[in-house]
Amino acid sequence: MSRLVISGLSKNFGAIQALSDVSLSIEPGEVLGLMGDNGAGKSTLVKIIAGNFRPSAGEIRIDGKEVHFHKPIDAQREGIEMVYQDLALADNLSAASNVFLGREPMRSLGPLKYIDYKRMNTVSAELFKLLKSETRPRDQVRKMSGGQRQAVAIARTLLSEPKIVIMDEPTAAISVRQVAEVLDLIRRLRDRGISVILISHRMPDIFSVSDRIAVLRRGELVSRKAAANSSPEEVTGLITGAIDAA
Amino acid sequence: MTTLDDIIGRSQHQSWFSRIRNLQVFWVLAAAILACLALTLLTDTFASERNLFNVARNFAFVAIIAIGMTAVIASGGIDLSVGSSVVLSAMVISVAMASGLPFWFSALLALGAVLLVGLLNGVLIAYAGMPAFVVTLGTLSATRSLAMVLSDNKMIWQFGPDHDILLWVGGGSTFGLPHPLYVLTMLTIVMSLAFKWTRWGQHLFAIGSNENAAVLTGIPVKRLKVSIYMFSAFTAGLAGILMAGWLGSVTTSLGQAMELTVIAAAVIGGANLAGGEGTALGAVVGALLIEVIRNSLILLGISTFWQGMFIGTFIIVAVAFDRFRNFRT
Repeated sequence: MSRLVISGLSKNFGAIQALSDVSLSIEPGEVLGLMGDNGAGKSTLVKIIAGNFRPSAGEIRIDGKEVHFHKPIDAQREGIEMVYQDLALADNLSAASNVFLGREPMRSLGPLKYIDYKRMNTVSAELFKLLKSETRPRDQVRKMSGGQRQAVAIARTLLSEPKIVIMDEPTAAISVRQVAEVLDLIRRLRDRGISVILISHRMPDIFSVSDRIAVLRRGELVSRKAAANSSPEEVTGLITGAIDAA
Repeated sequence: MTTLDDIIGRSQHQSWFSRIRNLQVFWVLAAAILACLALTLLTDTFASERNLFNVARNFAFVAIIAIGMTAVIASGGIDLSVGSSVVLSAMVISVAMASGLPFWFSALLALGAVLLVGLLNGVLIAYAGMPAFVVTLGTLSATRSLAMVLSDNKMIWQFGPDHDILLWVGGGSTFGLPHPLYVLTMLTIVMSLAFKWTRWGQHLFAIGSNENAAVLTGIPVKRLKVSIYMFSAFTAGLAGILMAGWLGSVTTSLGQAMELTVIAAAVIGGANLAGGEGTALGAVVGALLIEVIRNSLILLGISTFWQGMFIGTFIIVAVAFDRFRNFRT
């Protein structure tokens, strides 16, 4: 059974048609590369999946069950986690605090409740180890490299044993070595049976980790095929409109 | 050979001293202690019991509010209305007590009044999305005006049947230490714990370092901001009640320009106006340093006109120190 099935999804903002009749599916442990020019509707699509927007028409099914998201928290409950483009990290807090931000484990001392830092640090350390990242739970995020910051943002999604992780431009504006690190992180998610939706403008990144590639153009899905059967040239053509559909 | 796991497992715990050394509080405290030592040697009067008592009491008022201000600043905001909240609180309690109400009830009224000011600040900033600077500048003006209306701009120096209780609470001492110092100590301990060990504290710093992130992770940012401004107003109200008791009379000029001293204390103590940084202890040490400077100038016979120069220099040095520290790492 497919992990996620989207059928006939449309979204309009007033007179602007951001998405029209998009149908797509993702299997467990599959990496879907989502490409398209600026304004093609990539962000709108993932924001609907992550519960930020409600679709104007169409349905979303997770493991065969139809879902309706009103808020991001609804999507999180169904196992959908999003890594935002700006990573949404609090620079002055430690890596562990960021991983648990908003979901801090508490301990009780009589009537008083306090944050269980010990548990936060151990769990985060395990997650970083799982991701094979050198990130240390107690370090301040401010002092971290782009790759380590990604690891923190991804570790946060793993906290809730997600089914689907959506990543919006995770490799933009970081160094070559860090890109390799992030792509490794994506492969580790996949190996754990997590489906990944990867938005990127960088063709090499998409081709190196994606199982399938979907291309959006002006709100319409123009291609959805196995990465092995496609090529950067074809995808470029699809994005720009030089190739009509594939 | 070191494996990847070894590197991951290797924690970078710095030695106790090198960690302390990186804290602004440490250097400010060192400066304050140094100043105290110098004054003890240079003057006969500084180390006298009377003078130390005065220093301890005077700095407590600013320090109490500076803790509230630190919470606001660490969350990325600013509260200019605290000086006016001081006078509103002092005026409400004195008017209420003068009309014959008991101390405790009047104190609750005073705190209730300033909490409303904090609520207004918080709602306008968090829900209406207005800049904190402008909102609190507005309440600074409006709140003091309210205190003037309430008292008809008269001095109040008779506080009804519980007169002596108020004077004891604000101006009295127990075991040789002034009461405001007890309040300050309690507040410092409670807030140091709250900043570090509660979700409220943790989320406050998260908002200050990246508000967008805080929203995306589902932290109730708006409600939290309202609570922060209410806390700041609460500390100002507390100081207002204590000051009324200490002075034994309340005029509408009470707490005028106090917000600037309070912000200075918080900033000297390590609160970062960009948000995300600050400690309760830092605010206290910052306030202490300002009071020691003020006191030393008087004792050394230097014109009080120089006070502003010294305090101003310290603010700039403290921030410059912070810049250099971040530059190095």
